Amino acid sequence: MPKHELAPLPYAFDALEPHIDAKTMEIHHDKHHAAYVANLNGALDKHPELFERSLDSLLADLSSVPEDIRTAVRNNGGGHANHSFFWNLLSATGGGKPAGDLGDAINREFGSYDKFKELFTAAGMTRFGSGWAWLSVDGGGKLVISSTANQDTPVSDGLKPVVGLDVWEHAYYLHYQNRRADYVGAFWNVINWNQAAKNFAKAQG
Amino acid sequence: MAHELPKLPFGPTDLEPFLSAETLDYHHGKHHKAYVDNLNKLSAGTPIEDATLEELVKTAEGGVFNNAAQVWNHSFYWNCLKGGGGSAPGAALEARLSGAFGSFAAFKEAFNKAGVGRFGSGWAWLVKNADGSLAVTTTGNADNPMRDGATPLLTCDVWEHAYYIDFRNARAKYLEEFWGFVNWDFVESNL
Repeated sequence: MPKHELAPLPYAFDALEPHIDAKTMEIHHDKHHAAYVANLNGALDKHPELFERSLDSLLADLSSVPEDIRTAVRNNGGGHANHSFFWNLLSATGGGKPAGDLGDAINREFGSYDKFKELFTAAGMTRFGSGWAWLSVDGGGKLVISSTANQDTPVSDGLKPVVGLDVWEHAYYLHYQNRRADYVGAFWNVINWNQAAKNFAKAQG
Repeated sequence: MAHELPKLPFGPTDLEPFLSAETLDYHHGKHHKAYVDNLNKLSAGTPIEDATLEELVKTAEGGVFNNAAQVWNHSFYWNCLKGGGGSAPGAALEARLSGAFGSFAAFKEAFNKAGVGRFGSGWAWLVKNADGSLAVTTTGNADNPMRDGATPLLTCDVWEHAYYIDFRNARAKYLEEFWGFVNWDFVESNL
């Protein structure tokens, strides 16, 4: 199996302006995400047989990763998986509300789309330090909102992510500085609900 | 008694070119201030209202701890920096650092490595342990070495908000340039 690779962004750096600025996207993808990929490969080089396993399978069972590289895989593998997931979840033509099965499930679980937004926003705002806010499907097929620290992924907790929002300061500092709430608010204008619906369908299957 | 945001011990442009006035404006005027305001909101009318900041850093939990420790950590960080640039540690301190780490250069290298290696948000520290020995350590998010009985001597904030405007993702470069602005008199006063 080849080493892990950084995929190009599925759109131009400036595609998400004015909600997420081009410079942020460039550094976030070309520097931060690239470093996670390089550091993940560097860790796996010590146990090259692990290149045969998918990144998700490593993250879903971190205890199966040799101890000497476990933290590096958790941090950098998580960083690679989370960012790859995140880029696909953003779109210049995003926004609006989720329709179909995902929209129905959100209404059923949280009462309304607005209530879901409120709870998800709170998860992102109360994550102290660096981390992510998530909407995931749990083992019983139920939608749950959570947040993780640093680059931890819900996959490591047996959850299947549907929506994820990066709330590391590097995700918003150049444009929003300390105003994380404004960044979280802007996210709803670029979220790609079609991709979220695909994630939801896959999580059900 | 309400906690107060201390004034910066230097002018807004005194750390240039290391840190810009814009960084200081956000870091002190928004981040540090928010921790002070949050702490005051959380403690007003509660049993911890009259607790000192240091007591809260040593014993509080949850949101009170996070905000109290971030108030303390930032005040300490500002004091660790010297407007117009620092010089070098005094002979006695340098001898102690060399004794503990092999050389002053090796100490700086260990400190930088700790700061770069702290994954996510946090702080790099030089501390004096209870037995008097010097050590380099890092803490995540708001955590503070006083919780472990150590005495902080020097710190560098490695939350991204500390350097992102001036250095973007280049945390290693931020730590490298930090050394030109360390207030060694303050460090020595903590010994």
